[in-house]
Parts: sequence; structure tokens; C-alpha cells
Amino acid sequence: MASETTLTWATVAPAIAEIYLAIAVCVLLLVDVFYGEKRRGLTPTLTLAALALGALLTAQFGAVTERVTLFNGMFVADELGHFLKLAGFVFVGFALLYSRTYLEQREILKGEYYVLALTALLGIFVMVSAASLLTMYIGVELLALSVYAMVAFDRDSGIAAESAMKYFVLGSIASGALLYGMSIVYGVTGTLSLDELAGQLRGELSAGVILGLVFIVVAVAFKLGAVPFHMWLPDVYHGAPTSVTLFIGTAPKIAYFALALRLLAEGLQGAVAEWSQMLAALAVLTLVVGNVVAIVQSNLKRMLAYSTISNVGFIVLGFVAGTPEGYSAALYYTLVYVLMSLGTFGVILLASRKGFEADELDHYKGLHARDPMLAFVMMVLMFSTAGIPPFVGFWAKLRIIQELWATSHPWLILIAIVMSVVGAFYYLRVVKLMYFDPPGELPATERNTGARVALGLNAAAVVLLGLLPGPLLDLCARLLH
Amino acid sequence: MLVQILFYLFGAFLVASALGVIVARNPVHSALALVLCFVTSAAIWLLLEAEFLAVVLVLVYVGAVMVLFLFVVMMLDIDLAELRSGFTRYAWLGWITAGVVIVEIVGVVTARNLGVDVTRGTVPLPEDYSNTAELGNVLYTRFAYPFELAAMLLLVAIIAAIALTMRRRPGLKVQDVAKQVAVRREERVRIVKMDPEKRP
Repeated sequence: MASETTLTWATVAPAIAEIYLAIAVCVLLLVDVFYGEKRRGLTPTLTLAALALGALLTAQFGAVTERVTLFNGMFVADELGHFLKLAGFVFVGFALLYSRTYLEQREILKGEYYVLALTALLGIFVMVSAASLLTMYIGVELLALSVYAMVAFDRDSGIAAESAMKYFVLGSIASGALLYGMSIVYGVTGTLSLDELAGQLRGELSAGVILGLVFIVVAVAFKLGAVPFHMWLPDVYHGAPTSVTLFIGTAPKIAYFALALRLLAEGLQGAVAEWSQMLAALAVLTLVVGNVVAIVQSNLKRMLAYSTISNVGFIVLGFVAGTPEGYSAALYYTLVYVLMSLGTFGVILLASRKGFEADELDHYKGLHARDPMLAFVMMVLMFSTAGIPPFVGFWAKLRIIQELWATSHPWLILIAIVMSVVGAFYYLRVVKLMYFDPPGELPATERNTGARVALGLNAAAVVLLGLLPGPLLDLCARLLH
Repeated sequence: MLVQILFYLFGAFLVASALGVIVARNPVHSALALVLCFVTSAAIWLLLEAEFLAVVLVLVYVGAVMVLFLFVVMMLDIDLAELRSGFTRYAWLGWITAGVVIVEIVGVVTARNLGVDVTRGTVPLPEDYSNTAELGNVLYTRFAYPFELAAMLLLVAIIAAIALTMRRRPGLKVQDVAKQVAVRREERVRIVKMDPEKRP
């Protein structure tokens, strides 16, 4: 048996992020049981401190210089995983910082919310570092279960309960498809390890592998929200409390990028010709449906859900290229997209007040007159998401198109560009509403200084990364050399 | 030979009880047929020398899950007539699904090119082999990492279930055991002094 490896510091240090987070979850849970009732703000503050400490520990001890596998080949530590974990800490930290006032005003500021956010992050880390089908599946479930509960967290809201139910049922079907595909692949190849799988699948593929691959692609498409497996996304984004929408729309996207990368690009790289064809069809549908349907939405959260779908189309296009450069473009796009949607939902959170959800487009009429800073940040984010230079969203779209050009997919480039132009309409409409329409009778926006500083930093990052795109682009290229 | 006779015996019971699950009109009968279904499949697993799985199947599914299921079925007041109305509208969907499944099963049974040898027989294991011990060995060594993560998964399920269902309602009549224990005589018994009255 494979129990020869003894546990030493060197063999567990690369997994420090996971180990630390699991301990932090247990400690926070106990602290919340004993002190959570008496001091409401304790758990949220401690959670942010725990995230900061986790990021520091990971940066200090979790770095690896080359790819290593731990725990009998169940866990892979590489530079990409290390970077994505640090990004996960930062993104979740920002998301929780934005959400606090919102949760407080709706009386759902409870310790369990923060604990579930941390277990979701643990699920993300497990997926990022999965080296076997088994750990990948457990990571997917850990993330999904935490998120289902978060969507249903506001128990007095009927629409939240409805969307949680839809998410749970549809998500279970996707998990079932993933597990079914994995078990077929395991049955045919006899291995759970992604490395061994990559070694075995060479040359002619058997019918069994392709059957399993189809199910895995369906599950990945569902998790990412690619058309025609996108039905859950608008309902969940719309129905969930906005702070949860913010959470779902940001850090988990990193995990789903890792899911696609580790399963398809690494484990099933021998089947690249098959899955890149399937993904190409999905990407075209996703771009068209996402952008066209977003135009007719009158609810901002729903519109952003369709915008997410259209952006997922671009991420999928990066995988269609099927080269390490294509994957690095997809990684760059994912990071940039998460940064932008973090800010966009942050604006919605700050524009909402107790008893008032600023989720209709009409609620943003004349925002400039009422709150210039919020309107400016939103404008930067909308320009960037639309892909207008010099903001960072432009470079993300450009990188994807470059890689499609390099792998000669002219038709996909054409569709991507046409659909970006269509998409620009509904992003710019938000800007028009904010700056050129008269303000209506609406409650004032939220004045939480901490969240405002974070939002300012977020917008500054979008501008700065747009003006100086070099470092992050180089980093992404190096991580997936 | 004996093993084959037993296999067909249990197999026949399994198929019959599985049919019973879907054709029984009374949901309680369906649930009981499902219990029989589980017990016979546990017996088939015993024939495959997977005694641990067989025992766990009986303990977990028959002992716990199905009992819970029966409780729920009996407690909910299910109106069968209403449930059945409009059921035939979806019959075409059921027929299509059944057709696809039949084609798949025939495909798997007849296929020889799935890249895997599904018809290979099992080699009998030595007499002192215990698959409970083997399972314990790999679970805590090779699969220690996913095992710990599965524990986290269960923790998440507990947190989520409690967070979503526990609610402190105002005006709820609950016992405070500490208060009950700490009660003193003076709080409960009042001794009233009064003059004895004369019988009229």
C-alpha cells in the first residue's frame, strides 16, 4: 500500500491553505456558538482577520517552485494553484467586506453565513488543487452545498427560497452528470488520478471514454453557466440576497475555471479534439443567448446574470483554443471578470438600503446627482465589462481573440466581436441612466466608509490593470507555460 | 452451482420487489417493497464477497433511511387522487426515457468495444481475507485526504441544516432546565398562617 510517505512539514506545507481553513472554520464555529449572540459583529470581523492571516500563511509557507503531488497523488501543488488560492482569499475577503451592512440591515448577519462562506472557499481550494477525480468531486460538492445554503439564508424571502430550491435541484442533476461521467471514465481506464489518466489516453479513444467525456463536459458547462445549461443562473442571481449573488458571481468562478482546466485540459488532454468541438458549439450559443437576452432585462441583477453568461462564453472560447496560451487567456479573463463583477455587485449593495433593494435598472436613474462616487465606479466597471479600452476588460477580450486567431478560428472571432458590440449596448445603457436621466424619488445610498474604500481600490485596480496590463498578462502566461 | 441457484433466487426476488415499488398503489407498500429490494441486493453483494457493503446497506438503508422514509410517508397526508391527476400527460416523456435506458442497457450488455472487459469473473479471495479491515486500511492511509474532506462536507450539511431550520420564535413555551433545578422552596410554596375557625 501507499502509506510509505511519512508526514513531515515538507509534505504538508503546500496544503497549508486547506489545513488552515478547515481549522479556522471549526474555531469560528465554536467562537460563534459561545459569543456570537452577545456580540453580533465578532464573527464577521474575525472571519476577515482569518482570511488575512490565511493569505499571509499561504504566501509564506504554501509556495512551491515546481509541481508536486501530495497525499498519495490526491492533491497537486503548483504555482497556478498557489496563486489562485491567494486570489481566492482576497476575493472572498472583499466580498464579505461589501456585504456586511447589507446583511445587518436585513437581519441575516449571522455567524453561519460567514462559516458557510469559508467552507465554500475551502471547496474552491480543493478544486483548485485536485489531482484525482475523487477530490475534484468532493470539492465541487463542498462548494455547491455551502452556496445552496447561502442562497436560502434569508428565510423570510419567498423568492430566495424558490431560487435556492431551483439551484439545489438543477445543481444536483449537474453533480450527478459529473459523477456519472467520472465513474464511466474510471470504469474504462481503471484510474482516478488525473496524471495517470492523461498518460493513458493517447491515440484512438474508446467509446467508453467519449461517453464519460460528454457527461463531464455537460457538468462543467452547467457549473460555468454555459448555454444551454444556463437556466439556473438568472433565477439564482435574481432571487438570492444580493450579497450572496456577489459571492456566487466572484470566487467560485475561479474554482470552475480550475474544474475545466484540471479535468479537461490536464486529465483528458488526450481527448482535446473531442471536447474542444463540444465547447465551441457551447461557446457560440452562450455568446449569442447571453448578450441578446440581456438587452431585454429590466432588472439589473438579472441583466448581470445574462452578462455573466456572455462572459462565460469568452472563458469557454479560451478553452476551445486548446493550447496553454489559450488556457492562460481564459485564466486572465476569469480573474479580470471576477474583479469587475466584484465591483459591480458591490455598487448594488451600497445603493441598497434597509427595506429597499436597488436591483431595478430604474433605480439607477440619475445616480450621479445623488452619489457621484458610486456612479463613477459603476461607469468604470460598465465600460470595462463592455470591453472598452483603456480598461482591463478590453485586454481580456483581446487576449482571447488573439489566441483564437493563433489557432485559426475565424468564425468564432467574428461571433465574439459581433456579440461584444451587441453587449456594449446594455452596459452603456446603465451609464446613460446614471448620468443623463433625471433622478427620481429614491432612498439615499449607503455610507459605509470601509466598503467605500474597498470599492475605490477595486475600481482603481480595474483602471490600473487596464493601463498597465503587462505584469498580470505575463504572470498568467507563466503560470500555464 | 449452489451460488448460482442463490443468485437467481435473490435476483428474482429483487426484480419482483423492484416492480412492486413502482406498481403498488399504496406508498407504504411501495416503501416496504423497497426494503425487500435492499435486503435482496445485500444478499447478492454477499455472494460477491463484499460482506462489508452488504452489512452497511442493511444497517444504513434498511435500518435508518427507509424507516425515516416510512415516517415521512405516514405523516404527510398525501392525496393520491390529486397526485395521479394529469399523470398520464407526462406518459410520453416516461416512454422516451424508458426507451433510451433500454437502448443503453442493451448497448452495454452487447458491446465488446467499450475498452473495458466487463465480463471478467471474480477470483475467489482467501478465507482469512476481511474486506472490512482492507477498507479501513486504505480509507485512513491512501484516501485520508478525501476522507477528511468528506467529514468537512458532513459538517457543512449540519451547519446548513441548522442555519436554515432553527428559529427562535418569540412567545415559545420552552423548559429552562437550569432554572427548574435551581428553584428554591420559597418560590414555589407559600405558607399561609391563619387563625383556626370555629365550627358554627
